[in-house]
Amino acid sequence: MAAPLLAVDALSMRFGGLSAVDRLSFVARAGEITAVIGPNGAGKTTVFNCITGFYRPSAGGLTLTHAGGTFGLERLPGHRIARRAKVARTFQNIRLFAGMTVLENLLVAQHNALMPSVASGLLAVFGLGRYRAGERAALDKARFWLDAIDLTERADAPAGALPYGAQRRLEIARAMCTDPVLLCLDEPAAGLNPRESDELSALLREIRDGGCSILLIEHDMGVVMRISDHVVVLDHGRKISDGTPDQVRHDPTVIAAYLGEGDEDDVPAEVAQ
Amino acid sequence: MSPPARPRHRSILADAGLSALVAFGLFGAMIGLKTDAGATSLILTPRPLAVAIAVAVVFVGRLAMLGWRAARPAGTPTPKRLGAVMARGGRVVAPVFLVLAITLPCYAGRYYLDLGILILTYVMLGWGLNIVVGLAGLLDLGYVAFYAVGAYSYALLAQYFGLGFWSCLPLAGLFAACWGILLGFPVLRLRGDYLAIVTLAFGEIIRVVILNWVSLTGGPNGISGIPRPTLFGLTFTAGGGEGSFADFVGIEPDITQRFIFLYYVILGLALLTNWVSLRLRRLPLGRAWEALREDEVACRSLGINVTVTKLTAFAIGAMFAGFAGAFFATRQAFISPESFTFIESAMVLAIVVLGGLGSQLGTALAALVMIGGGEMFRDLAEYRMLIFGGALVVMMVLRPRGLVSGRKPSVSLGPARQIPVELLTEGHG
Repeated sequence: MAAPLLAVDALSMRFGGLSAVDRLSFVARAGEITAVIGPNGAGKTTVFNCITGFYRPSAGGLTLTHAGGTFGLERLPGHRIARRAKVARTFQNIRLFAGMTVLENLLVAQHNALMPSVASGLLAVFGLGRYRAGERAALDKARFWLDAIDLTERADAPAGALPYGAQRRLEIARAMCTDPVLLCLDEPAAGLNPRESDELSALLREIRDGGCSILLIEHDMGVVMRISDHVVVLDHGRKISDGTPDQVRHDPTVIAAYLGEGDEDDVPAEVAQ
Repeated sequence: MSPPARPRHRSILADAGLSALVAFGLFGAMIGLKTDAGATSLILTPRPLAVAIAVAVVFVGRLAMLGWRAARPAGTPTPKRLGAVMARGGRVVAPVFLVLAITLPCYAGRYYLDLGILILTYVMLGWGLNIVVGLAGLLDLGYVAFYAVGAYSYALLAQYFGLGFWSCLPLAGLFAACWGILLGFPVLRLRGDYLAIVTLAFGEIIRVVILNWVSLTGGPNGISGIPRPTLFGLTFTAGGGEGSFADFVGIEPDITQRFIFLYYVILGLALLTNWVSLRLRRLPLGRAWEALREDEVACRSLGINVTVTKLTAFAIGAMFAGFAGAFFATRQAFISPESFTFIESAMVLAIVVLGGLGSQLGTALAALVMIGGGEMFRDLAEYRMLIFGGALVVMMVLRPRGLVSGRKPSVSLGPARQIPVELLTEGHG
């Protein structure tokens, strides 16, 4: 079994009196696709926001371990989580730089590689500081990902003008341009047609095989069951099941949660977004 | 205000009638009653004809506008041709303007040179503010504060330490940049309207401090006798004499020479601003600014340090205002807090917005029209502001995103195409 990459340990997130995530623990292993599923309002996006630094957890720990070191994500500011701990994410409602071209979107993602410090960024104005070589490498990487998501033709088109499916793919490629070790995808298949979902599954497998682990929130069970190595099921902020897709599919508590048995009344509102 | 598509004749008439009624309510007392000095007291002279004309103009104007709208097929977009022509013509227009600007001293008299200096100062301020507002999308209503910091930096350094213009110029920029960072820190968490209000307050704070710190800045009396700039040590005095430029090259001393020199100094500074901001746009830093304007949350998720990126935008924008301020001080030879009121910030911001956020050519054109036009129509006295306000309203109706809108990609694999303005985000601070 692969080494643990992200260890979520008794994570709790409270908004006032509302407990969105309650003592959640699970492990995402390196080289695997881990899916987090659950009914609406189960706290999935909240977990994501804690992992990527958009929320500071009320309690608990998030430990990321990879070759670059060990990071306590619960303490790092958001931009450092992306830069140092190498966690990238996409958003449930796509957040591209709509007024910039597809290529520019991919270059902005490589900002830290291109501009290690403000001083080097300012030196580049005068053509100093090895900026040119960096730019060339960045363009090469952008070309690679454009190929991977099949958007080379539209590299110079504004991102906001792309069709929905292409925007989803571009957001993933943009996240990948930051060289992450863990890619967090928030409902990447939402709104995609079956063919696009298949393409997405293939792309995600390719990314996993390329050495980047994936943490995935998804409602499309077809996608989840096809590509996940490990599934965590949340309901009302708690983990109700954890295992391989097959185990989870036959877990009676999961079936109960999805079919709506039990007390529906205290389903927390979707607090995440 | 926009009526439903294809309104009927009756509703058009009713709308125009309502507008006329509003106009009557507004103008009834303002235009209809005139106070004249009578023998012992003021007397009111009614002017029904003037009111009738004003109301009629509003009625007919509204009728014509609605009629025109109704006559157009539904869904016709607002004319975009001007923008498209401007964007494409930019390649031709910009060099023509540059050549005209460089050769101006050859054919322009002193008055036009002076006007040119004034316009170029605002062009430079506009380009500087464009970095903050146009690229980074941070609405800064206190930009004049950095202009003031630059001007007072030079004036005070010259007064207390006897430093010259050229050694103070970088210092003025540096001080202004420091103030930019200082302002940046507290406002980083603010967005949109809140950011605008705090920057506005900051602009006022700087002015009020200058006004009240009499022992250092001379308060409302200002600072006079600020040294003029020199060209490698050569002065430009009206009398000529030893060490003057005229004496050195052996020509008759003439005050116009100083104007020409000042003109080229500000032209050089403005072009420097332009070059740096155009260059930065194509570099990671500038791209990060634009990304910040488009979506701050996404920037953070990509590991971009939002704080530092915003601060650099503030600092670099402020630096150019500092340069412009030092130039302003040396040109006027006298500065006082009165030159740095909020109206200056508003003017520069209006130039940037009118020109089209992020557009260098648009900003230059807007400065030319606003400052040059303002000077040209000086004879019209108060009507100047009326025309100015009217022009702004017309612009906002016809081209709400500025004269030259749209964005050119900073990098492209194939031929670069303009990005339509509809896709651009204006930034929320």
